[in-house]
Amino acid sequence: MNPFHPSSLIPHPSDSFTTASTAKAGDLHHRAVIQKNIGSYDAAVARGKSRYANWQEARSRAAAIKYETINHLDRYLEQFERNVLANGGHVHWAEDAEQARQIILSLCRQHGVRKAVKVKSMATEEIHLNDALTAAGIQPVETDLGEFICQLRGEPPYHIVTPVMHLTKAEIAQTFHEKFGTSLDATAEELAGIARAKLRQEFLTADMGISGANFLVADTGMIAITTNEGNGRLSVSLPRIHVALAGIEKLIPRLDDLALFWPLLSTSGTGQALTCYSTLVGGPRRDGEPDGPEEFHVILLDNGRTKLLADAEQRDTLHCIRCGACLNACPVYKTIGGHSYGTTYQGPIGSVITPHLRGEEFSHLPYASSLCGACTDVCPVGIDLHHHLLHNRRNSAPRHPFQHLAFRLWAWTMQSTMRYRLAGKLLRFAGPFAKPWTQTRDLPATPPQSFREWWSRQ
Amino acid sequence: MRVAIFIPCFIDQLYPQVGIAMVKVLRRLGINPEFPAAQTCCGQPAFNTGYWDEARQLAQRYCEIFAGYDAIVCPSGSCTAMVRIFYPELGVTPPDTFEFAEFLVKKLGKTDVGARFPGKVTFHDGCHGLRELRIKSEPRLLLDKVRDLQLVEMDQAETCCGFGGTFSVKFPMISYAMDEVKAESIKRTGAEYVVSLDSSCLMQIDGYLKRHKIPVKPLHLAEILAST
Repeated sequence: MNPFHPSSLIPHPSDSFTTASTAKAGDLHHRAVIQKNIGSYDAAVARGKSRYANWQEARSRAAAIKYETINHLDRYLEQFERNVLANGGHVHWAEDAEQARQIILSLCRQHGVRKAVKVKSMATEEIHLNDALTAAGIQPVETDLGEFICQLRGEPPYHIVTPVMHLTKAEIAQTFHEKFGTSLDATAEELAGIARAKLRQEFLTADMGISGANFLVADTGMIAITTNEGNGRLSVSLPRIHVALAGIEKLIPRLDDLALFWPLLSTSGTGQALTCYSTLVGGPRRDGEPDGPEEFHVILLDNGRTKLLADAEQRDTLHCIRCGACLNACPVYKTIGGHSYGTTYQGPIGSVITPHLRGEEFSHLPYASSLCGACTDVCPVGIDLHHHLLHNRRNSAPRHPFQHLAFRLWAWTMQSTMRYRLAGKLLRFAGPFAKPWTQTRDLPATPPQSFREWWSRQ
Repeated sequence: MRVAIFIPCFIDQLYPQVGIAMVKVLRRLGINPEFPAAQTCCGQPAFNTGYWDEARQLAQRYCEIFAGYDAIVCPSGSCTAMVRIFYPELGVTPPDTFEFAEFLVKKLGKTDVGARFPGKVTFHDGCHGLRELRIKSEPRLLLDKVRDLQLVEMDQAETCCGFGGTFSVKFPMISYAMDEVKAESIKRTGAEYVVSLDSSCLMQIDGYLKRHKIPVKPLHLAEILAST
């Protein structure tokens, strides 16, 4: 690479990942916070799962419904669109992030939007909507408490469900102190109260409410939104316009399916039987209704998802309901934290789908795993996550010619007992691993003879 | 029953005492295993790194070498998982291969193998054994019958040790941090020994214990069961 070329000034995602993850791995404060927070999550989820007569059966049913939906996605998407239109809403199709941003910006221009309140949405993070809105002179206001704190700090969400899982109450009090001059000793209740008072004004003055969708319900043309703070309802009912951005995989066939999926999502996500607010939006305000937006728009986002759909091996990744359970189960995520990934979706699901959604420059992520399989065990919709990491490695392996050569040589060695024995002797003499391993760990003393030498001498 | 043993390359070269211990236990139970000398490696390093053609060559080689046996016994959950779970992904039908503890409990129906081991031990569930092969109770049933042995469970028994093969070299600091979480959990039990079905996990764990002078010794389950 030419060191004077401007592109060399931007670190490659794999270099940024190595630097960030290495630093975070040694951050003991981070580790203590995450272990404590995920520890309480684990306890809550265990209680949540114990409420099920048969958790495994619930998972299998959810996987079967998602399988059916994703394998007939064309049909369900069209059914959903017909029903949204029949309810008086509008449907837009966005092939990529740029199209999605342009649709939202053009709706903003059309309606003279100056301020938009936002419900927590990873899809809007994926398309970097806040930056686009800000650049167009529109003020985006995050109304989920976690996202509100992220916005104050200028940080992306640390976790797809709990955006500030990495912060202690003291750190949040510090942020509030810097931004609002509040006391450093403020209690959690006081901090929430401050955010509530600030946000109440924003809800009342916003022109547009922007949400994601936890589920798109095909047979009724509704979107389902899950929150714990009631900010979702205010965001989609007070402003004049409601825009919902959702990935095309968020579909479920029937309203009845929510009886399975809503508790499944909240149990896996937070251990709750149901989140505090489960909201269904069925279109704009109708004649005679006291509240609700004048216009309701749904943007269906592809942005690489059809590439996953075309891949029979990894199509089940579109089952994902973004519960975050795989992140919480992942020992690598717990070690390096959400920000090290440099992606919208972190943890195991992120390492599986990001190379497909954003391309080969993220092909290092599937290698950053010990393949322990804890993610697959907890996935409520049965995605074969850790095996997909292996599939991704296989897909990108040919692009590393030196590594390929090394493994060709290795396979050649292992195909002959004589070559293997010779290599074994060399290895035992030279130590089996290069410096990276022994910098932090000691190796065992090498034995004088191999097993096969012992066997043949018996 | 014609039984062969598969001694993974890792154990052959670095932990021969594990293979020797397994042979000792099998012979004590009246099984005289064969060791097909042509065996080398199951192919897992290539498979996990993404070089499936190279892994397939070794998978096919394994099948040729171990054809005709009623059972193949292997002192590694990881290599057994490679054969049983991942060979089919490569389009190769594997011969009946058992992890050692699983072979004793499920195939032979034995939990008491006549072992005696004075000491306090804690057990590490290797990920491949636990989540690919679903081996959880078998080693504990065996340890329960070992005379003079006290088993104390650690709080992070099912948490990965952070080895992950080439992962430990590609991302040494992440691997090390995971090792630390594991080793500290082991330390909290006050056990004198940490026992596992995989020498690779034990090498990783011991790497931390040694460096930090934590007086807990790693032992493969076979070594415990061979002790009388």
